[in-house]
Amino acid sequence: MKTRINLYASLLSIAILTGCSSAPVYDNDTTEIDNTAVKTAQVESVDVEVVPVISDLATVFYFDFDKALLNAESRAALLEHAAILKENSRSVRLEGHADERGTREYNIALGERRATAAKEFLVLQGVAGDRIEVISFGEERAAAFGSDDEAWRLNRRVELK
Amino acid sequence: MRYFRQCFVLILAMFFASSAYAELVIKVTEGNDQPTVIALSPFNLNGIKISENISDIVAADLRRSGLFRLTPQRDMLAFPSQPSDVYFRDWRLLGAEYLVVGSMSVMPDRRYELEFSLLSINSQRIQFTHKVRSPASEMRDLAHAVSDKIYQAITGIRGAFSTRLAYVSVIREGDDFTYRLQVADADGARESLMLESKQPIMSPTWAPNGEALAYVSFETGRPAIFRQNLLTAERQQLTSFKGLNGAPSWSPDGTKLAIVLSKDGNPEIYTLDLNTNKLVRLTRHFAIDTEPTWMPDGKHILFTSDRGGSPQIYKLKLSDKSVTRVTFEGNYNARPNIAPDGRTVAMVHRSSDVFHIAALDLKTGRLLELTETTLDESPSLAPNGAMLMYATKYDNKGILAAVSIDAGVKYNLPAKRGDVREPAWSPYLR
Repeated sequence: MKTRINLYASLLSIAILTGCSSAPVYDNDTTEIDNTAVKTAQVESVDVEVVPVISDLATVFYFDFDKALLNAESRAALLEHAAILKENSRSVRLEGHADERGTREYNIALGERRATAAKEFLVLQGVAGDRIEVISFGEERAAAFGSDDEAWRLNRRVELK
Repeated sequence: MRYFRQCFVLILAMFFASSAYAELVIKVTEGNDQPTVIALSPFNLNGIKISENISDIVAADLRRSGLFRLTPQRDMLAFPSQPSDVYFRDWRLLGAEYLVVGSMSVMPDRRYELEFSLLSINSQRIQFTHKVRSPASEMRDLAHAVSDKIYQAITGIRGAFSTRLAYVSVIREGDDFTYRLQVADADGARESLMLESKQPIMSPTWAPNGEALAYVSFETGRPAIFRQNLLTAERQQLTSFKGLNGAPSWSPDGTKLAIVLSKDGNPEIYTLDLNTNKLVRLTRHFAIDTEPTWMPDGKHILFTSDRGGSPQIYKLKLSDKSVTRVTFEGNYNARPNIAPDGRTVAMVHRSSDVFHIAALDLKTGRLLELTETTLDESPSLAPNGAMLMYATKYDNKGILAAVSIDAGVKYNLPAKRGDVREPAWSPYLR
């Protein structure tokens, strides 16, 4: 097929060179374009209501890059949280986060792994698992902005709310 | 290296200035060092008033591919609009290898028709004559169809100028965030808003027919996967499981999504049948399994897993759920995106502590780093496999950038405002 078109084309160019006028050679199709405008969806987003934890204890726990191990400081604070939680009946939410390095979906999984590590620690201390919600925002909700070690350190965290 | 670094830094913003929504501005930073020289004789509009400069749009498309150099209009001795008016010798003296001529007319149904021809100057031949028809409102589509046709005739590769990009833009004002899911033409023009939310929007992915997107939205306070039609804005929430609901990827036949759910304790890959809502669990491992993407054969899925101790890319065979490791070079390889030929995998690759985009040839095992910027992520290949779009940071702002699969051609699409990220290059739309 292609060779045939080229053959026609060369015949035509010969015609042009020799000064003859000739009708153009069309390829076998014409491109037809339809209207394809994009429409906007309407959405209302909700913030899940979180009752703040009233406590002087640390409520943010930090992690190493691509790690979900609780450090000694975090474990000490979570021990005290567990003690308080066992005295009341309120529910808590553990929000896991990652720094901006690496891929977004992997980071949201990493954030969940971190929040789950904190949850498992609380459950081991006797807090009922159904009172703890785990949610990960990955790198979508940074606490510190900028692309340096300090910002990254502050963003690799779990927040207890 | 065949390519040496040529810095054009062409600001093509002026070509898009007429589009009210254009938020992305293209800057070509690197091109092929032996571009094909092509002359675009301005199309004869026969007095028809149109809203866009078609010749400029075509020129910008060809330039952006990095493979062409355009003969300046001021050097042209004449502006022929049909092949019979062309004096080949004049164009040969200008160094042009190809010439495009064409003229516009109005059809009885009021649509516009551009008839154009590609001429080879050296062989003094008409390569083709083609007609593109479109409503008056779709002049940019008409121009991109012209570019596609020229690109394919010269390179032998199907053009991807008539495609779109989906991406997420974020504007932060203090503690207040506005997330937008946007769709624009592949050149950044005609940006349209699909969804706006105060909560994160993530991971847009195209249906293979180009008519819908799947994405993750936190609008309910938790992550959930949605599907939304582009033309009607009709949307459905597809998942609302406990834990992660993420990383959707459409199967090549459009009937299923591969997704990630952590409802059973940790992130695993599932398929969700879009007709029956049937869920099938594919992975069973305590590690993170995420970022699934279908191979073009529809029989395999590539995904990221840290089951070996660090994130690497694995291949899952759907028939028996067997898993084999694909990447071995480096200690962080993630977010695979496979070319339509099923051979080249683009991914995020860390080398000496910096995150780049790399391409792995599955046949030869050769890994090529494509980018030199840092914090590069979310690679998404064009449907012709020639270029890919990715997200990176420039001046502390999230921007989109493009690179050719041989790393020879590069351009940036920074947003005028806010951060842009997670580009998803559409399939062919016609």
